[in-house]
Amino acid sequence: MNPSGATSAVAVLLFVTIAGYALFAGADFGGGIWDLLAGGAKRGAAAREAIDASVTPVWEGNHVWLIFGLVVFWTGFPSAFSAVMIALFVPLALSLLGIVLRGVGFAFRHEAERLSTKRLYGALFAAASVMTPFFFGVVVGAVATGAVPANPGGNVLSAWTSPTAVVTGLLFVATCAYIGGVFLVADSERRGEPDMVRYFRRRSLAAGLVAGVLAAIDLVLLRESAPYLWPRLLGPALPAVVVSVVGGIAALVLMRSNRRHLLRGAAALAVAGVVAGWGVAQYPWVLPGAVTLAQGSAPEAAQWALFVALGLAVLFVLPAFVWLYWLHQHGMLHESEPPPAPALAAENRAAATNRAAAATRPALGPHPILETAVIALVVTGIGRDLVRQLFQRRNRQG
Amino acid sequence: MSTPLLVVAEGAIPARAQMGASLGFHIIFACFGIAFPAVVLIAHWIGIRRGNQVALVLAQRWSKVAAVIFAVGAVSGTVLSYELGLLWPGLMGRYGAAFGIPFAIEGIWFFVEAIFTAIYLYGWRRLSPWVHWWSGMPMVVAGILGAFAVVAANSWMNQPSGFTLQDGRIASVDPWSVIFNRATPYETPHMVLAAYMVVGFVVAGVYAVGLLRGRRDRYHRLGFLIPFGVGAVAAPIQVIIGDILARAVADQQPIKFAAMELVDNTQRGATEWLGGIYWNGEVYFGIGIPYLDSILVGFSPNTEVIGWNSVAPEFRPPLANLIHLSFNGMIAIGMGLMVLGAWQAWVWKFRREVLSTRWFLIPAALAGFASIAAMELGWIVTEVGRQPWIVYGLLPTEDAVTTAGGVPVTLAATVVIYGVLTATSIAVPWLMGRRWRAPGAAGEDTVQTPYGPRPGRVGETPA
Ligand code: HDD
Ligand code: HEM
Ligand code: HEM
Repeated sequence: MNPSGATSAVAVLLFVTIAGYALFAGADFGGGIWDLLAGGAKRGAAAREAIDASVTPVWEGNHVWLIFGLVVFWTGFPSAFSAVMIALFVPLALSLLGIVLRGVGFAFRHEAERLSTKRLYGALFAAASVMTPFFFGVVVGAVATGAVPANPGGNVLSAWTSPTAVVTGLLFVATCAYIGGVFLVADSERRGEPDMVRYFRRRSLAAGLVAGVLAAIDLVLLRESAPYLWPRLLGPALPAVVVSVVGGIAALVLMRSNRRHLLRGAAALAVAGVVAGWGVAQYPWVLPGAVTLAQGSAPEAAQWALFVALGLAVLFVLPAFVWLYWLHQHGMLHESEPPPAPALAAENRAAATNRAAAATRPALGPHPILETAVIALVVTGIGRDLVRQLFQRRNRQG
Repeated sequence: MSTPLLVVAEGAIPARAQMGASLGFHIIFACFGIAFPAVVLIAHWIGIRRGNQVALVLAQRWSKVAAVIFAVGAVSGTVLSYELGLLWPGLMGRYGAAFGIPFAIEGIWFFVEAIFTAIYLYGWRRLSPWVHWWSGMPMVVAGILGAFAVVAANSWMNQPSGFTLQDGRIASVDPWSVIFNRATPYETPHMVLAAYMVVGFVVAGVYAVGLLRGRRDRYHRLGFLIPFGVGAVAAPIQVIIGDILARAVADQQPIKFAAMELVDNTQRGATEWLGGIYWNGEVYFGIGIPYLDSILVGFSPNTEVIGWNSVAPEFRPPLANLIHLSFNGMIAIGMGLMVLGAWQAWVWKFRREVLSTRWFLIPAALAGFASIAAMELGWIVTEVGRQPWIVYGLLPTEDAVTTAGGVPVTLAATVVIYGVLTATSIAVPWLMGRRWRAPGAAGEDTVQTPYGPRPGRVGETPA
């Protein structure tokens, strides 16, 4: 049975979300990986600074793709979602641990400078950046090989400990390092830092090679372990795979030129191609061999609700995002210095020496908020009586 | 009742503990996401409108604290999204198509909130004052709408509606009546107000401590007044909504209400128990007010109140005493905070001053903890009171819990991580405050936050 148009649209939405997460958050994870590999505090300082400047502003926004993806998955394909969550409990829980540690490391790292625990938070951030993509890769590997049954009775360890799943995990880590490196090259170029451009250029080249080798190994493994996926990867999904390979190589070549927009675009193609290829190869299954899109899909009205949410996003989130970027590009957003606080110390001293000072009126006019408070008290008192009246009448009737 | 023990001993306990711990943690930060922007914008407004420098400094500093708190809110919220799947696959697999919808809406509003937070936070220097102020407004609206959406999901668990079942699977969905189920109109405003109370009283509490220590300058007085005013306005409204909510619960979830009020047998002229512990058909240590429960439910001593004995033991919520005492605690705190707010409002009306007596300032300093406690207690009433159902009347909690092993491990990890996180999120603003108070520190507010773009290329050392 082929899925309906709406179901296919939800599936596309899901894969777009996955691609968005892989691309944007993947680059952030990559930043974390290079942070981890940057070496001692002194040697790695310049690289860490560049990574920090590139990732800090965006990581939280990029993180929203994941949340949206979860929501689309559970609303769009509830039964498959539930099967994945049971069978792959362990790797998913570990990926979550990574996300939490990374977020915490990020949130407090800057403040930690003063707590002198900055190193710990930095290490948390960096190590978690390896852990999360690895376990996501493991999960994807397990799903793609058709190892997740429709009704798992509990953890399915063999699903995610297979060589394919593990290699896919490693592939994800390498890909994140690659895409993160490429983005960092582009960013360093924008900021005019030739040293850093060279630094990250070398590293993304290496990561690209490693990712390529791992991808090749993965393909060989898939041939055995994914009887459904493999022929389709070389069949209908072949164009997407080719786009991905071409994009990946193009990015490595473009790195020598000064075309940073093209560079980003090529790397993005490489990632989006893989995700698209995976999606096409799986069609029409959500869980290959176990649950098809049509079997697993939610009722149509729920799917429409998802599209409405998408519409709201286009309506509200997009313009807001455009404004944010416009402001950013026009240099309107800055870390601020506070206006100097008026001389308060003197006031405090006066208060201490003269208790009466505490009772003097503040130098403010009549205060609207508290007047509102008083009025609200009275009004709500009356309102309460009214409500009681209403309820009482209804009560008597009923 | 021997049933509570039975239910507690059943398999879902670690998962429930983990869910409760994660939610109880997240909700505190969520409150700041909902209500803090409004408090900041009030100070900001006073600052611009009256040219009040002190108010501007307050607004700016608060906005920086907010950014750190929001980040923790986002991380802990992500944990929740995962946990709904990891711990309750039976819920998501069966009802995800309906239950998931409000969450899809929620995501949109939090996205909006995150974007405008970035703009607001980094717009202090270059945006014109009113444009900047208005750029904060969407945070207020998105916070309320986001809270509305999530709490609608929770109300749906209490009053499921808007779908039809076929062979135990959802066959069709009406998203509108999923979101606007019978409990939504009561639960959502109650939660939003709770958020305003929590933020108002917590922030005010910080300055109340300062006032107690003799820092009686304008900065501390204003820093106290603005958030305290917000909390004081929310408190009486909250009590009224809570009263209506209680009646709605009595009507819609009578067995939960029976546990809240310790009513075992269905009766007319039911006694209202203040405090008290139920044991073998008797209530000990409580103050009983005859007929009051019936009067509160139906405005007449003759109103019939349904008792838990009207259903079989396995359908009764466990731990009736916990539910009852939590409910009483919430109400007591709500009333107390209302009185506290009214006291200051009265004094302000006639004398235009911040009360400086210890009799006021000490409770005011503790009001923040109290309102957090009230909120947590309220959630205990709602969630434990719904047991043994995860979806009221339809899906028992035990059938929803994951069959995967390993929950005790994740539970332990949750407790440890959240313990550390709590400590850190208190320590960081505290350290910020210390830095701000340090002599000559006025220009040194370089708090770096995870939101929003950094100003191009700066020479500061990275972490
Ligand atoms: C600052 C917090 C706060 C305060 C002062 C109050 N509440 Fe509350 N209450 C909440 C915070 C809260 C909450 C945490 O936000 C809950 C949990 C679920 C919900 O929607 O709101 C809640 C739930 C809740 C419920 C259970 C709803 C259900 O099970 O579906 C009832 C009956 C009340 N409240 C009633 C009251 C009354 C009569 C109060 C009067 C003083 C009161 N609340 C004060
Ligand atoms: C919209 C928000 C919420 C949703 C969707 C939600 C959902 C759930 C779910 C799925 C469970 C597990 C199943 C069950 O025990 O019934 C649960 C339990 C629980 N939740 Fe909530 N919850 C929400 C808000 C909260 C909040 C804010 C708290 C804060 C304290 C809370 C406290 C608890 C507790 C204590 C339990 C365990 C109940 C028990 O074991 O008896 N919940 N909730
Ligand atoms: C009564 C219950 C809840 C309320 C009122 C609430 C409210 C909020 C608010 C206001 C935020 C924004 C945080 C901030 O910016 O500081 C937030 C974040 C978040 N919440 Fe909750 N929440 C509740 C329960 C839940 C539940 C049950 C889930 C799980 C599905 C959840 C998932 C999230 C996620 C994923 C985020 C991060 C969103 C982001 O920053 O992009 N929340 N929540």
